[in-house]
Amino acid sequence: MSAQIRESRDKSVGKGETLLEVRNLKKYFAVTEGVVRRRAIGNVKAVDGVSFTIARGEILGLVGESGCGKTTTGRCILQLETPTSGEIVFEGVNLEKLDQKAMVAWRQKIQVIFQDPYSSLNPRMKVGEILGEPMRVHRVEPNAAKRRQRIAELLTVCGLPAKFADRYPHEMSGGQRQRVGIARALCLNPDFIICDEAVSALDVSIQAQVINLLEDLREEFNLTYLFIAHDLSVVHHLCNRVAVMYLGRMVELAESDELFDNPMHPYTQALLSAVPVPDPTVEAQRSHQVPKGEVPSPINPPSGCVFHPRCPLAVDSCRAQVPEFRELKPGHWVACPRV
Amino acid sequence: MATPQAVIDTSELDQLRIPLRTQLWRLVRKQPLGAAGAFIVIIMSLAAIFANVITSYNPVANDLASMLQSPEANHWMGTDEFGRDILTRVIYGARTALSIGLTAAFLGATGGLVLGVASAYFGGIFDLITQRIVDVLMAFPLIIMALAVVATLGPGAQNVIIAITIPFIPTCARVVRSSALAIREIPYVDAARALGFSHARIILRHMVPNVMAPYLIMLSTFVGQAILLEAVLSYLGMGVQDPTPAWGLMLKGGAEEFLESAPWVSIFPGLAISFAVFGFNLFGDAMRDVLDPKMRRD
Repeated sequence: MSAQIRESRDKSVGKGETLLEVRNLKKYFAVTEGVVRRRAIGNVKAVDGVSFTIARGEILGLVGESGCGKTTTGRCILQLETPTSGEIVFEGVNLEKLDQKAMVAWRQKIQVIFQDPYSSLNPRMKVGEILGEPMRVHRVEPNAAKRRQRIAELLTVCGLPAKFADRYPHEMSGGQRQRVGIARALCLNPDFIICDEAVSALDVSIQAQVINLLEDLREEFNLTYLFIAHDLSVVHHLCNRVAVMYLGRMVELAESDELFDNPMHPYTQALLSAVPVPDPTVEAQRSHQVPKGEVPSPINPPSGCVFHPRCPLAVDSCRAQVPEFRELKPGHWVACPRV
Repeated sequence: MATPQAVIDTSELDQLRIPLRTQLWRLVRKQPLGAAGAFIVIIMSLAAIFANVITSYNPVANDLASMLQSPEANHWMGTDEFGRDILTRVIYGARTALSIGLTAAFLGATGGLVLGVASAYFGGIFDLITQRIVDVLMAFPLIIMALAVVATLGPGAQNVIIAITIPFIPTCARVVRSSALAIREIPYVDAARALGFSHARIILRHMVPNVMAPYLIMLSTFVGQAILLEAVLSYLGMGVQDPTPAWGLMLKGGAEEFLESAPWVSIFPGLAISFAVFGFNLFGDAMRDVLDPKMRRD
């Protein structure tokens, strides 16, 4: 089923209009010292110059290890964090230049599904209130009876019985709660949903159900996803294109199949080789490239290419020059001068 | 379409619900002191509500024919220097104590709740300034603060309420802020921001209900403190004014002039103050044990 969906999707995607463009996004968190006179002693460069575009109807995967800045990128797009610099252009409008009031209208178009279904729902509100409140506040559905009707529809669409509207979050399982989280993201009819590790807290069988649900919803409501994850096989299955981040920078961006079949950046190669093959004989014969050392601290990242201290291909020039993010093949971008 | 997940039917569980009387009895066995506190609180509330039904005497009318009578069948607690029945005045005094105590505790705790949550939610410079002001206010002992306010505004029930409320606000704000700081980092607050809700809605609808436990604990301890503070202010002549029946005021009149000749005039209002404060404190402690899982002992 999913192969068919993928095929039909691949044809329609890529030619579409650009929905979201992120230009040279930077988010630094200041590290301060002193109580009376606060002075900055450094910056955590959580996101350091990331640029990408997402076409309408596309699913872009954003992968990388913990602390590489993928969640911060998502929070900047949601305007939960104010970027240090850079532009976020959504449907041709620069969100950074909007004032608070104008922002409220745009917020409805960009929604989020969080990782942890246990802490992303207010424990003191019933499911019906969680879904109904945004519709009431933004006057999407001011009529109370119609709102109840729509809550029932949303729950059904997300695979939950409509009577769950009277339940509290603690009366549901993790998978059911995550479906409520998805229903909440849908309740304002958004165009774009950021799935921040949306399935990583669920167990594998529930993961598959939720991923299928996300695929179905994309078809039905013409949604666009930014799918932030660290599970590479899920990303390969779901996404049209995949971006790889390392230490706040984007190192590679390509069509999903292209990236997994033909990874070019040494970091991507190392990352993919860490995915186990479900066959012991193949797994034993396979060569594993494990990068030496640890991920450097983002407070004081290496000069030049941030990956150079761990890179098998690094030469002297990598230490000095920040690599250009260049298009090696049509649609396949790599930040490495050595490939 | 994704398959709906299996739903467990909970209707059978409803029949297994424990009846209220059994539940109450279990609570009494688990929290005997708390139950004793609750008993005193309930008796006091009933006395305050039904004061005019319980006693037939007028709490303010003088009856000079029967002044300073010792406790006897007609006047169980005796009479004071104006011939007023002490039992009646103690019962009506509960009304004064509770109305001032509850109002001041509610206003103080609620003001602190909103201020503390707002301080945690906005953070940054707002948090810094608010908390330094709280530091300054908390440096004064409760009674000194209250005396200063009454000295500025003058005596009277309304000013006593203001005087007791003001020192409560920073105390509650500090406690609530620490809980709210933790709540602020939980994703459902981020989700509320992503849904474009106003700051007021996020604070009142999403954060405040989740810091109810420390708020209720503060509220119940504040009532006891407020009753004591009101009695102190009245005793010092800076609170409620005669002839309003108030325990502190009765204690003052009795203790200054008749401690040796007619001790009942001061003993009974004094006992009333002790029992009321004791009751509310026990009740507050039990509430903290029930609401705060970290303090729970089994």
